[in-house]
Amino acid sequence: MNKSTSNRIVVLGVLALLMVASGCKKKETAPPPPPPPKPVTATLSANPTSIEAGQSSTLTWSTENATDVALDGNKVDPSGSQTVSPTQTTTYHLTAKGAAGTQEATAQVSVQPKATPTPTPVPTPTVTDDQLFAQMVKDIFFDYDKSDLRPESQQALAQAAQIIKQKGWRVQIEGNCDERGSTEYNLALGERRANAAKQALQQNGVSADALKTISYGKEKPQCTESNEDCWQKNRRDHFSLLH
Amino acid sequence: MVNAKRLGKGRTLGFITLMLCGFLSAAAQDRIRIELNMGQERPRLAAPDFKAANGDPQTAPLNTVFNQVLWSDLDNAGIFDMVAKSFYPSQMPGQPAELNAKAWGDPPPNAGVITFGNLGVTSGKVDVQGWLYDVKNPGAPQILGKQYKEDATPDNARLIAHRFADEIIARLGSGIPGIAESQIYFVSTRSGNKEIWQMDYDGANQKQITKLGTIALSPRISPDGSRLAFSGLTKEPSWQIMMYSMDLGRTVAFPRQGGDNFSPAWASDGTKIAFSSTMHSGLSEIVIADANGAGTRRLSTGKGDVSPVFNPKTNGQIAWVSGRTGLPQIYVMDADGSNVQRMTDQGYAVSPAWSPNGLLLAFAWVRNYGPGVLGGSDIYLMDIASRQIIQLTHDGGRNDFPSWSPDGRHIVFQSNRTGNEQIWSVLADGTHLQQLTRQGRNSQPNWSFK
Repeated sequence: MNKSTSNRIVVLGVLALLMVASGCKKKETAPPPPPPPKPVTATLSANPTSIEAGQSSTLTWSTENATDVALDGNKVDPSGSQTVSPTQTTTYHLTAKGAAGTQEATAQVSVQPKATPTPTPVPTPTVTDDQLFAQMVKDIFFDYDKSDLRPESQQALAQAAQIIKQKGWRVQIEGNCDERGSTEYNLALGERRANAAKQALQQNGVSADALKTISYGKEKPQCTESNEDCWQKNRRDHFSLLH
Repeated sequence: MVNAKRLGKGRTLGFITLMLCGFLSAAAQDRIRIELNMGQERPRLAAPDFKAANGDPQTAPLNTVFNQVLWSDLDNAGIFDMVAKSFYPSQMPGQPAELNAKAWGDPPPNAGVITFGNLGVTSGKVDVQGWLYDVKNPGAPQILGKQYKEDATPDNARLIAHRFADEIIARLGSGIPGIAESQIYFVSTRSGNKEIWQMDYDGANQKQITKLGTIALSPRISPDGSRLAFSGLTKEPSWQIMMYSMDLGRTVAFPRQGGDNFSPAWASDGTKIAFSSTMHSGLSEIVIADANGAGTRRLSTGKGDVSPVFNPKTNGQIAWVSGRTGLPQIYVMDADGSNVQRMTDQGYAVSPAWSPNGLLLAFAWVRNYGPGVLGGSDIYLMDIASRQIIQLTHDGGRNDFPSWSPDGRHIVFQSNRTGNEQIWSVLADGTHLQQLTRQGRNSQPNWSFK
């Protein structure tokens, strides 16, 4: 029996059945259109969506009305799950084909570099406020028995004022003197030196509230020899960042 | 002229001294000498060792301490011409019956007065009998007779000697009490940081008072000796006037002020304190307050004002140091801030100390300061009325922080002449220079009011 003969028999049979079902009514009606094919759906999810290299994630999918389901080109069950261990961030594709068409769904598993044993690639240099302060707000120096700011000190303080304002820093200004002269008078001289720097910072816009002064007179020398080199090092304002 | 020479005579008769003697008249020097309570006539005093009164094993060692301290006190007093022991007759009196007045009054001792006595330990008590006799007045020779009894310790032997010396000095020294029981307060580093210490006037019994742990400076004992004001660095940090109770043995509350506060000074009646404060302008200025720290008032508005000291005779004036014209100079103002006078006109002048009789200022001065001519700092005395000045120290180094003894005849000061800062005392005529401290670095001496 060839194919066309058998088709013809099927068609006749179907017609006969339809006539019986209609109760042999005389009135002839048009046959109802075939029902539209149901829409194909597809969902795909990954859990967890983010893993470290070496760990795994579970992909779960489901489909409806699909006759042909593939995950990244491999045929799979209409619904199911699968464990994956990608080494780098990967997007998985689910393709579901059915009578109504094709539906796709995607899920991404992102992969982080391993935290512990993996050497950190070139660390970005982090500068602490203390380091930045030390770079930007340096000691200024004075002549013997003087509290006048030298031109280079005025310049340095104008620059220091910008970063102090920008960072919202609070600063302690410490006036110091060399070992010569009276303990008590040197306390007063140290106050003048600290105050001179305070005035200059204020003139450059730093709030008075952000500035505290103290005189150490000749009580805290950073150099203890009795010569001009050493004395000059001690005739200074030192600045400290208040936390 | 004899007295002028004596005044000029320090350890070394240096070039500057000669210059000073050249332009200071003998009359001016005599005047200053009188203002130092050092009369022109000095009693010639013999002071043979007191005799051991018994053979108790403690008698001899305590008698040795007593004799050393008594001689030192009388010699240091500055008002006696002490008869050298090599001139003494062979027989030493232990009591009046044993005194051969003629042997002491005739040359070679040629004494005018003699003190003698005996010391013995019985049942753990030391018993001292002492006399002072006028050897040129056979009719009524006894000036003084005293007896002392204390627990037999070296400290008590020392104390009795101080008391007996003070009796003699008060009797023969124009009625001005002696200083043998006075105290000197000072700053020492020997605990590891600067703290306030205390010692007897002759350097004995040195002991630590404050335990601040940071930096303590500028001790000033109250006139009654009950409270010690000083400058202390707080943890904050700021300088604050702090108060230590000598009676309670601890720091007691004193109001904290804004800014930095240092270099306190007491009025001699104990009712006021002056100090240097940045509370008003951010710069150091002289303020005055009640003794409890309340009611501060601003007295000066200069830049860099520090080291106030009251005229102890009147409390109506304050001398202090100001850098208002450049290098620091000594100024005087009334205690309400009016009538400011500049007292020095050159060099680097700091650390004024007002004499008890109100007539003299001692201060530290780098007199010939200039580029490349940085001289040493020496102690000078100024007669306030005439502004005449004499130099007290000549021995090199940096000499600073003079402070007067209660009798106005001695000055204690700090000097680094031996290489590091130590406390020295000197008679106000420049003689009897003595080093009082040797351990650690010691500075800023302050002599008690009595």
